[in-house]
Amino acid sequence: MLQGIEVLDCTDRSGWLAGRLLADLGAEVTKIEAPGAETSCSDWRALNVNKQLVRIDLTSSAGQTELYRRAANADMLIATPNGDSAEIFDYTRLSAVNPRLIVTAITPFGLTGPKADWLASDIEIMAAGGAMSLAGEPGGEPLRVSVPQSYAWAGSQAAVGALMALAARGRTGRGQLVDVSAQAAVITALAHAPTFPDIAGTTPTRAGAFMTGRSVAGAKYRVFWPCRDGFVNFILYGGSAGRRTNEQLVAWMRERGFERGPLETIDWARFDPTRASQAEIDAMEIPIAHFIGSLTKREFLEGAHKREMLGYPVSNTADITTDPQLEARGFWQDIIAPDGHTERHCGAFVVVNGTRPPLAQFPGETEPTPITERGA
Amino acid sequence: MSAGVQALEGVRIVEFGGYAAGPHIGKMLANFGAIVVHVESMSRPDGFRMQYPPYKDGKPGINAGGCFAYFNDSKYGVTVDLKNPEGRKLAKQLADWSDIVIENMRPGVVGRLGLGFEELCRSNPDLIMLSTCNMGQTGPRADTPGFGSQLTALAGMCGLTGQPDGSPNLLYGPYIDFIASTLGAAAVLAALEQRRRTGKGAYLDVSQYECGLLFLAGPLLEYRASGKVVARAGNDDPQAAPHGAYRCRGEGWMALSCWSTEEFVRLCEAIGRTDIARDPRLATLAGRKSNATLIHGAVSTWARDREAHEAAVLMQTAGVHAHAVNTVADLFTDSQLVSRRLWRRRRHPVIGDQAYCFPAFDLSDTPGDITAAGPVLGADNERVFREFLGLSEAEFKTAAAKGAMD
Repeated sequence: MLQGIEVLDCTDRSGWLAGRLLADLGAEVTKIEAPGAETSCSDWRALNVNKQLVRIDLTSSAGQTELYRRAANADMLIATPNGDSAEIFDYTRLSAVNPRLIVTAITPFGLTGPKADWLASDIEIMAAGGAMSLAGEPGGEPLRVSVPQSYAWAGSQAAVGALMALAARGRTGRGQLVDVSAQAAVITALAHAPTFPDIAGTTPTRAGAFMTGRSVAGAKYRVFWPCRDGFVNFILYGGSAGRRTNEQLVAWMRERGFERGPLETIDWARFDPTRASQAEIDAMEIPIAHFIGSLTKREFLEGAHKREMLGYPVSNTADITTDPQLEARGFWQDIIAPDGHTERHCGAFVVVNGTRPPLAQFPGETEPTPITERGA
Repeated sequence: MSAGVQALEGVRIVEFGGYAAGPHIGKMLANFGAIVVHVESMSRPDGFRMQYPPYKDGKPGINAGGCFAYFNDSKYGVTVDLKNPEGRKLAKQLADWSDIVIENMRPGVVGRLGLGFEELCRSNPDLIMLSTCNMGQTGPRADTPGFGSQLTALAGMCGLTGQPDGSPNLLYGPYIDFIASTLGAAAVLAALEQRRRTGKGAYLDVSQYECGLLFLAGPLLEYRASGKVVARAGNDDPQAAPHGAYRCRGEGWMALSCWSTEEFVRLCEAIGRTDIARDPRLATLAGRKSNATLIHGAVSTWARDREAHEAAVLMQTAGVHAHAVNTVADLFTDSQLVSRRLWRRRRHPVIGDQAYCFPAFDLSDTPGDITAAGPVLGADNERVFREFLGLSEAEFKTAAAKGAMD
């Protein structure tokens, strides 16, 4: 859909996803890396697939001249400016060589404000955005996701911002600066948590493996249940969806000959999780734990789907790569290197008119004559 | 709804659906000038209105829910009964009026309502339509119902959160829904650009599951390449030490990390532990990792009597990566977020003043805004159906009398 839109991607890892998303939507993305910069790690390859690699030394004046030469003809430039590179990616300078250029700057806190110059990696950004306060055991150490997420949140918002500016350019003919704050991007992940301090004067916090705040009696509900090869996410919901799920769980347990204890006599049409006491919930959870503990993750996934139950296994990367749903939708895309070997990547994130846009560029594939080899 | 020129001024969007995954897309586009009409019905209002607290004064009410309002600012709200033939006629007129239709019902439902892409294209040939659901529109589990908080487990994020020997953890809400809504907004904007240049519309099939996996694309490729399964590791990072959260005074915590030996030396000097600054055992990343307990003790001792935000300022002054672990309440007083006007208070007729969240970016030349609080149920029926669709007063009254807006 973005065929013909030329993007210069000058980002470090905190911005790689932005260019990847634009490339998946059809843009022609050129990834600028320093000569010798490492491109073999999986993170780099997964987020820079579908981009053409060009190596330019931006610390040299020749390299900067080359960047500006390219910027003069590009539609977009994405950068992650820091103290050293802020001047190179200065919007006023770039705009002077190409007023139609859309410059997207991704930084931890945004280009303006009292913390604009603060140092922050993923863990500090997740902390600043409130996400860590919501993950971990109650009262215990706040946690980040072990794979950096704030960079992906920032990159996604940057892609939206760049395309918003492209829409504006279609009307005005002019480019502009898109200023992305990773801290603010993380707040997107918090769902409606900010409405609690704002409207109710309460502050949501982390609840570990349990869900709290649903019962007027203060009962907490288990969310993560050990199973034979890991964990399952299952919650005793109320309402119509919860009713079907709970009825089907009991039927499944009965078929497998498991003790149901108090579950057998509960009228699920009347079950109200908001009124249950902790003792009642504990008694219900004992047989459920016993049953789920007998299943594998894949058995739970398939059984729950067949029975139209809510709940999913806690997958790891190995589970995900063998999920038949993703296979059936052609989510995985093989891309062939010039030397003939293949890499299997996450495909484009959207299916357009029934077709998933194919990945076109092997990660790390350079132009026929890299600029550094021409002695620029 | 906006005074100035905006990026999407004049772009018309209709949303069928509710909760987060569809409406959050429309919210972002509305913040940059699109005219967004959110469709509900009196009998089936958006689930966010009544199923999720908080409510004004703690009293549940159809127009008292902060959650619904938070994801539907800057939009027009209408009611259309899609079970009523007259309502479906009205819905079809809305789709004909629009540039973009966004829906997040279960796969197949819009088709059964006569609002599928092919049908809508007959009278609106350059329409852009986005469908978003758990699994996507096709595949063996396409019909799976599900909540985003549980899908976040299937997509790997919950399993990657927690201590190595402990349980997976929740990420509060439907984390993955907002990945999909953000990526969905990008897809809609790309389709809009294509339409501007070619005159062609597009049908966009967004699977929330697949969108989420883009946030783990590296570890997924790593498994393919080496067979290594990345596991939850508390707050550890393979490339930094120390790297974690440290308890501060009261309930506060501070996140801190060192990415080089030089930065570690600066940390030691700032916390008055010059004795370990140049300890040869700590002069490499591997050495700092194998002596993590020693370093954790030193930083913890320094941090525990200090207020978290003040401690982070001292660390930053010394040239060390650090930030207080903001609570959700802290986000409203964080000097950076205040400076950037992330929160914009708008008056809602029932809730009163509420803080709405601006997107994480702004545009220098055509800035966005929160133009209005979330709509009360059916607030804009007359304006949308009369002014936007051009119904005469008689037509409007007849449609209402036939229950089209129930």
